[in-house]
Amino acid sequence: MRARAIMLSLALVSGPVLAADTITVAVASNFSRPAAELAEGFAGETGVSVRISIGSTGKLYAQIVNGAPFDVFLAADTERPKLLEQSGDAVADSRFTYAQGALVLWSRDAEDCLAALSDEDSGRVALANPQTAPYGKAAVEFLKAAGGWESVSARAVYGENINQTLQFVATGNAIVGFIAKSQLGAPQLPEPGCVWEVPVASYALIEQQAVLLERAASNDNARRFLEYLRSDDARDIMSRHGYGGLQ
Amino acid sequence: MWLSIQLATFTTAILVLIATPIAWWLSQTRAPWKPAVQAVVAMPIVLPPTVLGFYLLILLGPDGAIGGWWVQLTGSALTFSFTGLVIASCVYSLPFAVQPLQNAFESLPRQYLERARTLGASRLDAFFSVAVPLSVRGFVSGIVLSFAHTLGEFGVVLMVGGNIPGETRVVSIAIYDHVESLDYAAAHRMSLVLIGFAFVVLATMFVFNRRWGDR
Repeated sequence: MRARAIMLSLALVSGPVLAADTITVAVASNFSRPAAELAEGFAGETGVSVRISIGSTGKLYAQIVNGAPFDVFLAADTERPKLLEQSGDAVADSRFTYAQGALVLWSRDAEDCLAALSDEDSGRVALANPQTAPYGKAAVEFLKAAGGWESVSARAVYGENINQTLQFVATGNAIVGFIAKSQLGAPQLPEPGCVWEVPVASYALIEQQAVLLERAASNDNARRFLEYLRSDDARDIMSRHGYGGLQ
Repeated sequence: MWLSIQLATFTTAILVLIATPIAWWLSQTRAPWKPAVQAVVAMPIVLPPTVLGFYLLILLGPDGAIGGWWVQLTGSALTFSFTGLVIASCVYSLPFAVQPLQNAFESLPRQYLERARTLGASRLDAFFSVAVPLSVRGFVSGIVLSFAHTLGEFGVVLMVGGNIPGETRVVSIAIYDHVESLDYAAAHRMSLVLIGFAFVVLATMFVFNRRWGDR
């Protein structure tokens, strides 16, 4: 983390001098691939280029509170954008749900995801850290509702974020894992043994919210980017990446 | 916190056993491949923990060379286990044990060892009764640095540990979780303990080295 912090500050110092028509968007790591496509689509439409900074929602939040030069924040939850709004770090009333995530159970080696989940001898179960990651919280909600939490928590391993959770399963270190549906399109993902979509009603909605940050309050390009996220083109991109039910 | 101290203690004990022969060999050899061995030993210093952690996750995993063998032997996987963390930490902290020892061994006056040999001491005997006592400074530095470095380990543990309470959730990971979940008070408490510990340990080592150096 130290090294990452140093690299980040070096990148900020040595980065190219930005033209006025560039905006910087902080993006939660689960949304990195759609964000890249959205940036391209937005640049094609408006000529404004988008610089993307990827990190976990909690880390980006801490950076924003401490003055990181971001214009827009695409978070993986609703809590952090709300807090930014309350503390005056985000522009009031700019907050909205730009995407809604879905939880799936995924395995590389098992043919029946649910059987592997309930069989106590099948191996480790990977989920994202429920304290910090919305998809981990959703997985625990589902397991508690389905009555399997007792058995699963004894053999659970926790990824720092949803990408690491997928990595635990993709490398065969865990037999099944709760991942985001949007990750199914990840490049070079091994052939899945099984995929099971967790019933949406069994966990609280995974809403991802966006806010305009205070330093960009009068930045028209940043406002246009937020508008673009609501457009049909943007929704197409997001649903192709497994995000649905946009408001 | 206790888990981190256990991890650092085990790692340091194992590292002394592994690093001593490596450092001794490096200090005595004239082999042409010595620089290559030195480079391999020093690599964990410059490689990002993500690179080490990524390859350890694969190597120690049930499909990996070491992990697969371990599964056959014990029936359980190395990743996400305390044993796995000890192995990973040994790799990660190896240079911090080897380099001070190698420096200490290299600064030994050659004639002491030769004299011990002519007085009839075996190689091993000469090593333990002459080289080791004269290299206390190297051992202290090596032990302190590997212990402290293991305590401060984050990236590698994050990648192969799986954040299991009581098993692999070491203090650096716990701090990270607190920061991520906005519990800054708890993060401050744990971080301040670590900062204090790092200062005290390093200052003690430098005091010790200065005293020892004066003699």
